[in-house]
Amino acid sequence: MDASSTDRRPLVALAGNPNTGKTTLFNRLTGLRQKVGNYAGVTVERVAGECALPGGTRVQLLDVPGAYSLAARSREEELALQCVAGVAGEPRPDAIVLVLDATHLSRNLYLALQVLELGTPVVVALNMADQLAKRGERVDVAALERELGARVVLVSALHDRDFTRLLECVAEALAADGGRKGEGRQDGNDARSPRRALPRELEADLAQVARCVPESWSLGSNARARAFAEWALLSVEERDELEGVPADLRARALATRQAAAQGGRSTDDELIAARYAWIDERMPSFVVQASPSRTASERIDAVLLHPLLGFGLFLGLMVVVFQALFAWSDPLIGLVEGAMGHVGDAARSILPAGLFADFVVEGVVAGVGSVVVFLPQILLLFFFIGLMEDTGYMARVAALMDRVMRAMGLSGRAFVPMLSGYACAVPAILATRTMERRRDRLLTMLVVPLMTCSARLPVYTLLIGALWPPVVVAGFVPVQGLLMAAMYLFSTLVALVAAAVLSRTLFRGQGAPLILELPAYRAPHWPSVLGMMGQRASSFLREAGGVILACTIALWFLLSFPKDEAAQARHAQTVVAAATLPEAEQASAVEAADARLASDSLASSWGGRFGHAIEPLIEPLGFDWKIGVGLVGAFAAREVFVSTMGVVYGIGGGVDEESDTLREAIKAEAHSDGRPVYTPLVGLSLMVFFALACQCMSTLAAIKRETRSWGWPVFLFVYMTALAWVASFVVHQGGLLLGL
Amino acid sequence: MALLATMAPGQAARIEAVGGERSFRRRLMEMGFLPGTQVRLVRRLALGGLLELEVRGGHVNLRIDEAAALQVQPL
Repeated sequence: MDASSTDRRPLVALAGNPNTGKTTLFNRLTGLRQKVGNYAGVTVERVAGECALPGGTRVQLLDVPGAYSLAARSREEELALQCVAGVAGEPRPDAIVLVLDATHLSRNLYLALQVLELGTPVVVALNMADQLAKRGERVDVAALERELGARVVLVSALHDRDFTRLLECVAEALAADGGRKGEGRQDGNDARSPRRALPRELEADLAQVARCVPESWSLGSNARARAFAEWALLSVEERDELEGVPADLRARALATRQAAAQGGRSTDDELIAARYAWIDERMPSFVVQASPSRTASERIDAVLLHPLLGFGLFLGLMVVVFQALFAWSDPLIGLVEGAMGHVGDAARSILPAGLFADFVVEGVVAGVGSVVVFLPQILLLFFFIGLMEDTGYMARVAALMDRVMRAMGLSGRAFVPMLSGYACAVPAILATRTMERRRDRLLTMLVVPLMTCSARLPVYTLLIGALWPPVVVAGFVPVQGLLMAAMYLFSTLVALVAAAVLSRTLFRGQGAPLILELPAYRAPHWPSVLGMMGQRASSFLREAGGVILACTIALWFLLSFPKDEAAQARHAQTVVAAATLPEAEQASAVEAADARLASDSLASSWGGRFGHAIEPLIEPLGFDWKIGVGLVGAFAAREVFVSTMGVVYGIGGGVDEESDTLREAIKAEAHSDGRPVYTPLVGLSLMVFFALACQCMSTLAAIKRETRSWGWPVFLFVYMTALAWVASFVVHQGGLLLGL
Repeated sequence: MALLATMAPGQAARIEAVGGERSFRRRLMEMGFLPGTQVRLVRRLALGGLLELEVRGGHVNLRIDEAAALQVQPL
């Protein structure tokens, strides 16, 4: 490092195929010193960390998205090239650590050649050589170093504790390159990358395209310009989603490829075949082969991918996951709710009673509470997803589910987002980032919010508990549990049907063909699993937290203002009058007066007026204006319905879905002519409405951010809410016709 | 020439030609499905409608209809 560049830590990019243990190595090298952000213009997470080299130099380590090739068609795939080459806004790495999987060396070398051609100093971390040794095979490191022109270090990302040797080589690479930093690399430097013999016509094509590679990309190096020329020839097509390609390079690459095609040649075939020819020629000298044998993974898959057994085991696992989501998370949710209750009480006791205290307790504390209450389920769900991904089972799940998902116009890869949707749509929408094509991503994002998320659960619990008796049918099936299960089944079916309809109308056309690699099974690396849980939880808090908090505060405002002067005067009189009552009755009289005031204030508040205003719209569904107020409240976040109904029915906002008082109030609630408001039919209609309506600001905000447009969130809101209205209408009116 | 879907599990074949839409075809070749390369049909996933193939030591699943892009010569 020269003095002028010491103000900036050297950047080391960690690149490799998917499933090479790249992220595990990244976690090992950086520990917990990681920073998660986003790449400019795309919503793929950019994970960077810090690590100290043996000499004491601190470097910045960037986890490049895993890729089989630098060639790209989508904006997301383009990132791997931009990070590794340092073009189009990404900083140029000072060195690259290339993680190769020794057990799949020939395919991994394909990417390695592309990276080496860029001329940036490379250190190869050859992972899983210990696995190879178990099969009786051995890598010739010296031969590999000689042919690749780069240092090769054997590592085991999973088992090694000490990566000194690897880091020494990184320091060496940085030092060797240090003097030339910032200037263009001259051709003398290019000798480093492996040379390949190419057909003469292809050489001419490449030279043509290379002339259009901008100086800011090639840095004056012919070899680098040629590497970009190969990339452009393979990547650019008439309709791609690439954004960082200069116009004349794009035009030249297209023209050259077409000219070759007219001459009966395919530049794709020639480029790819040339790289594999180089690899195949040398593979025998790299790996000393043993006789092929069935691997352990193949034997495990004979069970886990078995047509009957495999599917049964998968369903069993899903039962465990759901059991965890609902039963095991309960005590944790109780803890969170208890803690937030204490915080609210503490705030009440410190702050002088009045508007500000109300704002803090009912707005801010309740808002924070309604965010963190989701954390237990989200953490639990991502524990299972992380475990399934880390062990390699998730790819098998995608394979098992592909046929079902494909019938609905989705791919097996949509399974993880759909599963996440049972906890919360926001992390589920973020999970669609792993899908290759925009069409598939959008389609998944638009149906995931239909899945029964944990915010709907309190509403169902309240209504089912209030309106259906806890009886057992057919000897052992509890009616309440049956209804709850029916709601889950209903939402899942609607989501699948919605996907089928959308994929045949708005998203007509083929999804991406499936190329699904099954990685070898391995024992979970717990820090990686926990790290993923942490990342998901923090991205939930980041994405959804602010929105839910803001909505809860806004909602408090809408339901508290304007103040009803007359009701306040009446309340003051009642309280004064209560002072004359016997002491034993005083407290309950004041409490009743408080609840009455809250309910009167609500009726005259903006939210209350809005409830009245929409009454004609929701009356055909069987809802009165008070339920309308609850629906307004539920728009911020569905579970707010429960506490809003507590206020509406004059019990107070501090109720939960298990509250008997609230259940009794719901049972007792009557229209002016004495008919009960809530019949089981109205309850069913209301649950159907909650199942289908898009009452979640954070979901809309997440989709707005992911699609970078207002159009899709508006579409989602309109289609879900319309669907909810129609379905509730059919349930209620149909039920009335049937005499229910 | 034959299709992978007609082969028996465990059987190996040599790839003769790779077809399909450009980006799918390119990704197949980049993952090692090149003419002249040997593949083995590991299993069919009856419920998934997929074929599990072994190529260059890696296990890759393709959908039965999409795998028709690969023309093979059973060995």
